[in-house]
Order: sequence, then structure tokens, then C-alpha cells
Amino acid sequence: MVWVAIVVTAAGCYAVKLLGLSVPAAVLERPLVRRLAALVPIAALAALIALQTFADGRTLVVDARAAGLAAAAVALLLRAPFLVVVAVAVVVTAAVRALTG
Amino acid sequence: MGDIPARFVTLWRVTTTPVQAGLPPKPRAAVVRDALGVGTAVGLSGFAFGVTSAGAGMTVVQTCVLSLFVFTGASQFALVGALGGGGNPLAAAAGALLLGVRNAFYGLRLSQLLGLPGSVRPLAAQWVIDETSAVALAQPDRRLARLGFTVTGVSLYAGWNITTFLGALGASALGDPTAWGLDAAGPAVFLALLLPMLRGRSSSTPAAAPPAEPPSDGGPAGHAGPRDEAPRAPQAARDPLARRAEAVVAVLAVVLALACVPFVPVGVPVLVAVLAAPAVLAASRLLTRSPRGGR
Repeated sequence: MVWVAIVVTAAGCYAVKLLGLSVPAAVLERPLVRRLAALVPIAALAALIALQTFADGRTLVVDARAAGLAAAAVALLLRAPFLVVVAVAVVVTAAVRALTG
Repeated sequence: MGDIPARFVTLWRVTTTPVQAGLPPKPRAAVVRDALGVGTAVGLSGFAFGVTSAGAGMTVVQTCVLSLFVFTGASQFALVGALGGGGNPLAAAAGALLLGVRNAFYGLRLSQLLGLPGSVRPLAAQWVIDETSAVALAQPDRRLARLGFTVTGVSLYAGWNITTFLGALGASALGDPTAWGLDAAGPAVFLALLLPMLRGRSSSTPAAAPPAEPPSDGGPAGHAGPRDEAPRAPQAARDPLARRAEAVVAVLAVVLALACVPFVPVGVPVLVAVLAAPAVLAASRLLTRSPRGGR
């Protein structure tokens, strides 16, 4: 089933890219469509951040991941490079987990 | 791939304004240098994906197939995160696809700019992502745009896939991913992608674009002329909700996602949360329904 998800995602993402290159501009250039296309990734990203930080299966928890995310936010505000931001989140999460056992 | 850091969004924003007409012509070498810089810098972050994907339980082969064939970072991170959390595979794929939709809009702008023949289009399509679009759209003419698009595409595709492989190998050698805190990499990546969107979009709307504001010390009468450099979406300027729509959507999406976690299968909350986008858009249109009516 993992492979199904991989194939569907690969095919879908490629189709979306090709669609943009191929369709007449008028189809996608409507203001409402453009606006929605800008907002959908924002909603998805925000939800994913919350879910992958605070969800554990079907329960909500606050654990070491929250500390890692907070550290990443601080790194971002300090304009750290992308890889540093990710590394900070990982290291802080691991440290909190090790300390709280 | 991903869209990644703020400087690319800044690049994007700067270069899509009409201001650049006054810049001196850019030599090909400068375009190649810029494109290689973007390509290799972002290509390196495939390492983060490889580590995260392996940490979420994907095999090395699955991880590499994702980078080779999906090749759009946010979607890849979303997919492995959802699958690693035990999500339904189709719900996970749907969430990943939602993040890939913006590439269609890059493609639209690129197709006019690059003027690709039909035979090249299926190949070029795979490279239509945030960074290649940002570099290509920054160029003053078609020749340089094609060059920038190609060099960024090649270097990023190569870098992203090589580092994905190395990251996946390295993570497999580490053993238990949660002991190393690797499960926090995904949220950190998404946050790095989200923040520039929240900042960037609002300042790219005409109402908030400060460069369009002429300095007021030159005599007010002189500035009474037309200032329509930004003809797009004029109604957004008058709409307080539209100006903050990005932030409102983000907050609403978080609330919706967390609220339905206990009640729906894993992987579905993100699909529910995406409804925040049309909901906020509809609300803002209702609020701004002016006498002229909508379009």
C-alpha cells in the first residue's frame, strides 16, 4: 500500500506540473483560482505542522517534538539556513527526549 | 523541492515586480552562477528528506523513487510524514497532491516565458518547482530564462537525488529514528516553508507593497498621477480579511486539524484542514461584497 501512495503521488504531482505548462493561461488565471491556489498550501502546511507535532495516532499529546518545533521557530526568526533549522529541531527533540526519558 | 528558505521567496517577490526594467543586461555567466547557487544549495537539503523518509519507515528504494519521480519537496515530506504516522495511503497521497497544486501555476507563467516546443514540455514539466520558477522568472528575456531554468533544474535534480540517497542510507544506519529526534524534522521543514508564505504573500499584494508608494517629500501634487503598477486584485486592498487571509487560513487550518484528530482516521485531518482555504476566501468575499458586485 505504501507503493500505491508513492505511485499516486508521483503521477499526480507530475500531472499537475504538466497541466500548468500545457493548458491555455485563461483557464487558471482567474483571480479566485489563483487566490485559492495560494491559500491551499498554506492551510496544508499549517495543518501538517500541528499534526506532526501534536498528534500521536488519534490522540493529541505535547511531547519533545513541541520543544523541537519551538527551537526551529527560533532558528527561523534568527534567519538560520534551512538545514540548520531542521538540525536544531532534531537535536532539541532528541535532547528533551533523552532528558525526560 | 521545496520551496524552501525565505531568500528564495524574496528572490521570487523581487523579481516578479516590474521594477527590473531599469537593470543592466545580465551576462549568461551570471545567470549560470545564480542558477547553480540555488540548485546546489537547495539540492543539498535532499539530505533532510532522505533522513526523514527513512525515519518514517520508508525503504531506501522507496525514498529514492520519491525524490526521482515526485520531485517537489513539500509533497514528499508530507507523504512520508503521513505514511509514517500510520495514515491511510490514499489520504496521505491526497495531502501531498494538495501541496503540489501550486506547481501548476508556476507552469502557467513558465510556459509563456520559456515558449517550449511540445516535444520538450513533458521533460521540462518535472522541473517545474519553486526554485526553477523563481530563477527563470527573474531573467529579462526568453534566452536567459531558458538557461536559468535548465541550469537550476539540472543541478537541483542531481543534488536533490544524490543527497536523498545519502540521507536515507545514513538514517538507516542510525537505527531508531525517534531516539534521534528525526520525527521533528518534518514539522521543522514545513515551518520553514510556511513562514515565508505568510510574510511574502501579504507584501506582494498591491495594498501592502511599499516600493509602489512614492516618497511624499517631492511635492504631493506631482504624485497625483496614475499609480496602477499593480492592476491585479484591486479589491484585496479594501478587505481587511483578505490582507490577513494567509494568517487566518493557517490558524483555522491548525484548529480544524487538531480538533478532528480524535474523530477521523489518521491522514484525514489534513484534508479537513485544507477546507480552511475556501472557507476564508468565501468569508472574505462575503465581507467585501461591494456595490459593484463581485466579478
